[in-house]
Amino acid sequence: METVVGILNYLVFFAITACVYSVLTLGLNVQWGYTGLFNIGVAGFYAVGAYTSALVSGPPPGTLDWRMFGGWGLPFPIGFLSAGVVAALLALLLGWITIRLKEDYLAIASIGIAEVIRLLIKNEAWLTNGVWGLKNIPSPLFHPVQSGVEVFLAAHPQLPPWLAQLARGAYNWVYLAGLLAVVGMLYWVLERGLRSPWGRVLRAIRDDERAAAAQGKNVAAFKLQAFVLGSGIMGLAGSLYAHYARYLSVEKFEPFYGTFIVWVMLVAGGSGNNRGAILGAFLVWGLWAGTDFLTEYLPLSDVQASALRVVLVGLLLIGVLLLRPRGVVGEQRFVSRLFKA
Amino acid sequence: MLAVHGLSKRFGGLWAVRDCSLTVAQGSITGLIGPNGAGKTTLFHLISGFYRPDRGRVEFAGRDITGLPPHRLFHLGLYRTFQIPRVFPEMTVVENLMLVPAGQAGERLWTTLLRPRLVSRQERALRARAEEVLDFTGLSEVATSPAGALSGGQKKLLELARALMASPKLVLLDEPGAGVNPTLMKRLAARIRELALTFGVTVFLIEHDMDLVMGLCDPVIVMSEGRVLTQGSPEQVRADPRVIDAYLGGQYAVA
Ligand SMILES: Nc1ncnc2c1ncn2[C@@H]1O[C@H](COP(=O)(O)OP(=O)(O)OP(=O)(O)O)[C@@H](O)[C@H]1O
Ligand SMILES: [Mg+2]
Repeated sequence: METVVGILNYLVFFAITACVYSVLTLGLNVQWGYTGLFNIGVAGFYAVGAYTSALVSGPPPGTLDWRMFGGWGLPFPIGFLSAGVVAALLALLLGWITIRLKEDYLAIASIGIAEVIRLLIKNEAWLTNGVWGLKNIPSPLFHPVQSGVEVFLAAHPQLPPWLAQLARGAYNWVYLAGLLAVVGMLYWVLERGLRSPWGRVLRAIRDDERAAAAQGKNVAAFKLQAFVLGSGIMGLAGSLYAHYARYLSVEKFEPFYGTFIVWVMLVAGGSGNNRGAILGAFLVWGLWAGTDFLTEYLPLSDVQASALRVVLVGLLLIGVLLLRPRGVVGEQRFVSRLFKA
Repeated sequence: MLAVHGLSKRFGGLWAVRDCSLTVAQGSITGLIGPNGAGKTTLFHLISGFYRPDRGRVEFAGRDITGLPPHRLFHLGLYRTFQIPRVFPEMTVVENLMLVPAGQAGERLWTTLLRPRLVSRQERALRARAEEVLDFTGLSEVATSPAGALSGGQKKLLELARALMASPKLVLLDEPGAGVNPTLMKRLAARIRELALTFGVTVFLIEHDMDLVMGLCDPVIVMSEGRVLTQGSPEQVRADPRVIDAYLGGQYAVA
């Protein structure tokens, strides 16, 4: 019974991570899937959101802390929203400069800004605590839930061990429920926003920019909107990660975890389809986590094992694209919704 | 309606359009002919803001529009189609059409999210209008196919259909008849005439099909090597030996 609970708890942990990735893929889908914007600096917006939220809602600098700024201890919702706003503002600045230029510039600028942000996190200890990382980021509702669990356990001392174990993991279930609600709401808003004349213009731009301009569409303005919205969503994902992990360090925002795997998820799941974006996040994260178990049983060094995992993810992507070039669920053909109430 | 003054565009060492001046009168169906490589398409790109001229000016409805971006010109009432069709391949044919009209409230994200009824009403009207245009151009059967799957001729029709959706003051049609079958061609000519006569749209069109040009356009402007060679009624142009020379130099014969 205890192993079942252990597996259950692991699944909750798995689903939480996959949900955070779903938010990232939904953001990237607005940019790439709908508008054709080549953002290869997802990690940058993700990191900006995570650190913003941690500074806005986190505890003030302590004695062993190099950080001198932030830690205002504001409620989680404020941290969460600031994460989206700050990431969106960064995208606005970057997009304002590059989006009118040839599309390669956005790609270069986005990967560049992600790298700059990573270096800032590493080196600007007054802001980010540098390589020591940001600690003690509060999880929303953690204390009420945890003390509720304590009260419950104290009141029921005869509880079988597996049930007690399950109860001790209750907070993760609560966090997962909250995350599912966020992903669900985001999905709903995006579906409604994108299956509309607005989304139609974005897809036209993706298909043929110059032809879209000939239909009177201000291409640069629409691209900027999609870039800012998508990046803001990535910032939200950062906040959701930070308040679950409670500890931020620069490794989590390296190009592999922050950008590459998000692209694999979106492309494998189905670019241009929000359901595909979510599915891709669960699928690829499932494979990634699965290969972790697999490589444990093989006589490999850590370096070899992680290289093998990357190869396996690559093979999955190639396999999906061979069998289903548009991803597991492709773009829907007729998407203008007439809002029939 | 449209006046072009001394317009020039150079690609490397080649003047694709050189010191070109012409006018298109309001309400007319003006034809633009000339051998391959004469600079007709380049001229359209210059007028519609897709290329910046190296020299010269473009005036539209009494206003200097030189260097304005294409989307601004669309809203001033100047629409252009492409010689090689540029449809939105991943979008359905009907969506290709619904995209076009200006003034869609749902093109603002917040309006879409906050005022779904308004957007819904507009969408239904757009859909109805798109269906009329599909009906007319004979594209109804492929309304929900992705535009990328259409044949070359159908894409050409879709280009024209989008022009109909745009309700412009002046439309530049770059070879609307290319790749369209002869029966359809007749309907096409009739529709272009109707566009000009009934709806008061000024038409400026490039075409190699001489039957279409001679039957539809007056005046006809002849371009050769980036300049206006001559212009006049179809009969005048047809009889002009310089025109025949230009075409013979360019392998074409006037039909
Ligand atoms: N983007 C470009 N770069 C370089 N040269 C170009 C470009 N576009 C056109 N040209 C050249 O400019 C000249 C005029 O081309 P244009 O397409 O305007 O001719 P056209 O009159 O439309 O011919 P057609 O009847 O074949 O469509 C040609 O010699 C062509 O090769
Ligand atoms: Mg041409």
